Order: sequence, then C-alpha cells, then structure tokens
Amino acid sequence: MARELLKGNVAMAEAAVRAGLEAYFGYPITPQTEVLEHLSARLPELGRTFVQAESEVAAINMVYGAACTGTRVMSSSSSPGVSLMMEGISYISGTEIPAVLVNVMRGGPGLGNIAPSQGDYNQAVHGGGHGDYNMIVLAPSTVQESIDLMVLAFDLAEKYRMITMLLTDGSIGQMMEPAELPEMRPVVRKDWDWATNGAIGRERRILSSIYINPPLEEETNLRLMKTWQKVQANEVRYKEYYLDDAEFIVVGFGTSGRVALSAVRAARAQGIKVGLFRPISLNPFPYAMIDELANKASAFLVVEMNSGQMLEDIRLAVRGRVPVEFYARLGGIVPFPDEVLSEIQRVATTKLNTDQHPRDAWLARFTAQSER
Amino acid sequence: MQKEILIAGFGGQGALFAGQVMAYAAMDNGKEVTWIPSYGPEMRGGTANCTVVIADDEIGSPLVKNPPAVIAFNLPSFDKYEELVQPGGVLIVNQSMVDRGASRTDIITIFVPGNELAEEIGDRRLLNMVMVGALLTRLPELSIQDIETALNAHLPERHKKLLPQNRLALQRGYDYAQKELEKQII
Amino acid sequence: MISLAVPENLVYSRPESLTSVHNHYCPGCTHGVAHRLIAEVLDEMNVRDHTIGVAPVGCSVFAYNYFNCDFVEAAHGRAPAMATGIKRVLPDRVVFTYQGDGDLASIGMAEIMHAAARGENITVIFINNAIYGMTGGQMAPTSLPGQKTTSSPNGRDVETAGYPIRMAEILANMDGAGYIVRRSLHDPKNIRMAKKAIRMAFETQMHGLGFSMVELLSTCPTNWGITPIESLTWLEDHMIPAYPLGDYKVSEHLAAIKF
Repeated sequence: MARELLKGNVAMAEAAVRAGLEAYFGYPITPQTEVLEHLSARLPELGRTFVQAESEVAAINMVYGAACTGTRVMSSSSSPGVSLMMEGISYISGTEIPAVLVNVMRGGPGLGNIAPSQGDYNQAVHGGGHGDYNMIVLAPSTVQESIDLMVLAFDLAEKYRMITMLLTDGSIGQMMEPAELPEMRPVVRKDWDWATNGAIGRERRILSSIYINPPLEEETNLRLMKTWQKVQANEVRYKEYYLDDAEFIVVGFGTSGRVALSAVRAARAQGIKVGLFRPISLNPFPYAMIDELANKASAFLVVEMNSGQMLEDIRLAVRGRVPVEFYARLGGIVPFPDEVLSEIQRVATTKLNTDQHPRDAWLARFTAQSER
Repeated sequence: MQKEILIAGFGGQGALFAGQVMAYAAMDNGKEVTWIPSYGPEMRGGTANCTVVIADDEIGSPLVKNPPAVIAFNLPSFDKYEELVQPGGVLIVNQSMVDRGASRTDIITIFVPGNELAEEIGDRRLLNMVMVGALLTRLPELSIQDIETALNAHLPERHKKLLPQNRLALQRGYDYAQKELEKQII
Repeated sequence: MISLAVPENLVYSRPESLTSVHNHYCPGCTHGVAHRLIAEVLDEMNVRDHTIGVAPVGCSVFAYNYFNCDFVEAAHGRAPAMATGIKRVLPDRVVFTYQGDGDLASIGMAEIMHAAARGENITVIFINNAIYGMTGGQMAPTSLPGQKTTSSPNGRDVETAGYPIRMAEILANMDGAGYIVRRSLHDPKNIRMAKKAIRMAFETQMHGLGFSMVELLSTCPTNWGITPIESLTWLEDHMIPAYPLGDYKVSEHLAAIKF
C-alpha cells in the first residue's frame, strides 16, 4: 500500500476497519470525534455495525455485549468520556473478554479543555475502574504507529482476553502524517469456546464478572494475575534512540516522547551524550529496560504532559541509583523542543540535587520561572 | 534537513488547506512530513493555524517555537508571529489585511496584496495559493511544480476544474514576491 | 392379580428452557413465576438455543443460573445497552433482558429509554415490585406514595422523594417501541395473560417490529413485611390502581400474528 497523508484519528479508525472491526459503539467528544465520524460512514457501507450511543456509559456496555459474542468490537473517547466508561472497563476485565478502546486524551481534570494532554496515564495504567485488573495500554507517537498499534490491539485483546487501549492525545489524533494502511483483512468471526452466541448444539454458556463466593473470586483474581504475567513476559514494547553511548537518558511516551526526540537531536548537535527511551507499551511497562539503563546512565530526565504519572514508574525501575529529573507541561500545553533542550542542558551540566522529589523540584523551578 | 512552516489566518482564508497542500507535496517528494492544526475553541470561526514540518528523517516535535517560515493571512497573525520567526527566517504577510509595516530587520518580510491578486485572477478563495506561491520564493524544499503535482494528485475530483486557476495563483504570488525580494536586495 | 392400566398424562413438567436447580428467591416471590413463563414461551417458540439473555443487578442477578440458554450478566441498569451490543452483531438471535425496577427505572433510565427510542429489536421483561429487594427493602422509583421502606421509614413523601414512575406509559410514547404492556402476577388468570403478553413480546422481536417490553407487577413479601398471600392482595389493592394493567402500545402489525 502507498503512503497516504492521514489524520491520526481517521488512520486509527480505518486501521480498525481493516483489522476486521465488526462493531463500533461510541459517543461524540472532542478531540476524538473523527474516529466516530469515519466509522459512521465506513462500517454501514461494509454491512457492519455502527451505533451512536446515548452516552459513554451505554457505549461501553454495548461494547461489553458485542464482545460477549466474540465479535471484534471497539469504542473510542476522550478523557471525560473514558471516565464514564470505567464501570464497563472493570466489568469487561472481570468477565475476561476482548475489547479495544481508544482514549484521545485532553486537558483535565473535570471538563478541562480539548487540547492534548497525558493526564490519564494513571487511570489507564494503574487502574481507574474498581477492582484488581489490568489492561494492555499502548501509546503511539506517530500516525503510522497509531495504525500499527490499532491492528495489534485487536490481536492482543483476543490473545489474552482483555481490554487493549490505545492511549493517545489530541495532538496525534489531529495531526496528519504520511502513513501506510494495512491490507483489508477479511472479517472472521471466530468460534471462541467462551462466546455467548446461542447454545446451538452445545451446553449453554454464561459470561459474567460476578463471583459471589469469595474463594471463586480469589481464583479469578489469581487467574487474571497469571494472564498478566504472560503479558508482562511477552508484550513489552519500546523504542530507543541514540542510547548506545548515552550518559543521559530522556524518557517520554507519545507526544512528549516525540517532542523529546527533537530536543535530544538538538542536544546531540551540541555534543551532549543524550539518548531517548520511548515506552510504547505503558502497561506492561518496560521496567526491565529502564532497570538496565540505570546501570549505565548518570541521570534520567522524564518528560510528560501530566504531573509526573509515568515518573513514578521510572523511579520504581531506577531505584535511586542515579538522579531522575522531571519536566512537564500541563493543562493541554505541548512542550516545545527548546524547553526540553534547556532541561537536557541543565541535567548535563549542573550538579543534581536528589534530596527533593523530582516532581516537587520541577514544580519549584517551573513556578519560579513563570513568575519571572 | 528539516524545515518548519507556520501558516496562520482567519477561518475560511484557506490557511489549513495551504498547509495540507505543502504536506502532500513534501510527501510526494519522498520526505517525512507532519501537518498539525491548532485546534480548539478558536477553530470555530476564529483563527486557524497549522504547522508543517518537512524533513529527511523521522520527525520529532510537530510544533516549533520559532519557525523559520511563516505565512500570516491577517493582522492578528502578523502581530502574533512576527516576533516568533527564527532570525534569518521569512515572513509572508497578506498586505490586504494589515495596516502596518515590518518591525523586525533580522528576518525577510515580504508583503503580498493577496486578496487583490486573488481577485484579479477571478476568485477570492485563491488567496491561499497566492500566499503559498510567495513563500516558495524562499522555500527551496518545494517548487511550484511540486505543489501543482500535489494539487493534481490529491484535490477531490469535483475541484479539479480549478487547477489552472490554482496554478495561476501560485505563479502570481511567486512572481510578486520575487520582485519584492529583488527590491529588498537592491 | 388385577392390573389397572392407568393412562399416563403428564400435564406439568419443567420447561426445557429452565435449568434443574433450586432457585434462591424468597418464598412467595413472583420471580419464579416470571422465569417459568419466559421459559415456557422460549420452549413453545422453539428458540431456546437461539436465545441470549441479559441478567440485571438486583434480586434477579442470578437469573442466568435458572435459564437453560446463553446468558450474560450486565452492570446495574445497563442491560438494554448490553442487549443492544449483542443483538446488533447477532440479529438472528433472540435477545432479552430481565430487569427490576431499580435497574430499569432508576439507574438504567437512560439505557432503557434510548433502547426503545432506537427501536432496538430486543425484549425487556420488567419486574416491578415497588421495592429494592436485594439490598434489603429500600425505596424504589416505583414505590407508592406513603409506602414504608427501609429508606423511607415514614412512608414515601412525594414532596421530598418524588412520585412513582410509570414506565409502560412512558415507553409507549417512544416511536421505536412495538409492544408495551403491563400485566400482573397476582392470580392465575393474570398469570395466563402475562404469559400471552410475553409470547407477544418475543413475537414482536421475531418479526422485527422493534422494542418490546412487558411490565410485570410482582410481589416482595420479604421486604414488604407481609405474608405471600397478603402480598398478592396488597398488589391487587395498592399496585394495580397506581399501575393500571393494559396494553399501552401494540404495533398494528402484531394483530396479524397468530400463535
């Protein structure tokens, strides 16, 4: 397939269609609405299912119903809408069935704004819905990666019978880049041995997230944990840039990761031995790779568009061996490469104070700078 | 190689499409490219901005603080972005919509009466192509031929009848800017 | 030795669509009757193995244990949304929800209204017993004015707790609804009428005539705090006047259907 200039949201939607998406249920919310709009035209023309639900609550429960039949199904939303989906996300996780979700994050909390943010990292990676569960969380940083991860998301969801979420933001959703879409895969409705699609010639099946008897619930919790261990062992994804001789390591995902790439290149041009580590799977998180890098590097710089949510995972992996510094823009503001470059220069040339939590230190620096 | 271009105007002046056409042309030339709009409440009837980055390698940030090339379609855009243009960069201003001259001397500022030139060709909507044509005088990464080829390849079929006019607009903008540049150099 | 040849005539047995397990419902509760009626209808229509049920949250949360067909368990109030998801990808299957008054008329109000508005081709069995059973007798959206519950100990005060909601009347106004009726389970005659209505609701779905709902006035002796027999009388004396039985919407195409 030839490269086309595609908008992130449209690219994800079309990639899902080509990956065999059979049904979409969603509700309009900026900045993800192009996903819903594209599918509202595309799915009916292919004889597949599109429903604009009355709310994100209804949408995720429609996804839940369709997922129970073993159909490839998805929804998409943006931060406030994803909060409404948390109920269904927990139920789907507890029922151990596959579904794919997209969160095109925007500024928050609350109604916030519609500009790009990464404020939902914790909600996606460390829970959000109630109970013990994990979902696979993938963070694309380009339109091509959005396409590739969208296709992968369906395969992973089915392989592990769990939700796979693409965690992206308005910047990637609204951006156009040349990208290549996959070939159209035929829609194959697999006859899963768990699907509730009518007990024709077989025993009836029940799909439920209720285990009223605590020992059975515990057994379920343990099974979920064992599945998650398999995911952790097999599905860690990341990308490395200029790490071979790097003394300093910048870590960022999605949009902040690609902004950091520009800064890292600029710093390299100034002779600073700096590299970039960009996690792609945020859950499972590449702890082991960070752990290994911490043996070689002299400092880390974590760049996020939130108040340091991934920062805590980096600190967990680094375990105090070297300083971990932090830089962020919040509220729907995307940092410019210059800002990250100044931070790299600071990390490379000054003695770092490790007494203070990097978030507090950053907040003090940032506030002082803004007040000047 | 990497070049960033910021295009800003009112909604309806064709700033976003101007950026897309350049993005298509760069892609067809085998370059990496990003096109990103400023989206937000302001997209509903207010200002419309986009940034295009053209590069040989994987593009990092799709936004830059100090772009080396800017097109300002109106006074608010001129006011906002004049000070942000990278030193040594180029700023194309739609003279039809501004009432002041340049305040910076460390960049090249070219004033183009875009509305009048577009109307002379016969369609006010050609403003964006006039402005793109003007920028091409200082943008070695893309040629008029590249833009034409991109329009031909990516314009929806129903708009293709406008191709000759678009070509004319690009050329008119280019020629006007070229003359202005020659004046400045002299 | 005299042998008497008594001809065997089995007149009552467990429907194939019910599983052979004891249910957990309280003595005198009409859930069991409602379950049986649905099962009989699924048997008579010969659709058991094509049917997917959606269980609610409430006393009937374990409904899936009692029906011998595929079943899924919804979040509280979301059964119509879940049923929508199933029916849209499996349009040739029979999909029904079984919901109580808290599930359908309180937390799930948006989902039921929009499923009806979209004319989702699903069947809803709505058990209205004017109280929350599973959580222990709290006020329901359908509790009657003055009705004492554990969360309206002085009786439902309409000034502060509002008025009962009549779902059949409301849903009958939706253009997407094909069949909306209210029946009662307090005596054999009404139970027979209820079964006919359930059949008609599933026929509505089979014929693609849109959303169908049967509201069944039901008893909750445990949480009403009276005996099962008193409950039947209470239902007749107090609930039927507030929730009149009848057909609220019957698609004209249904008149032609014979069974």
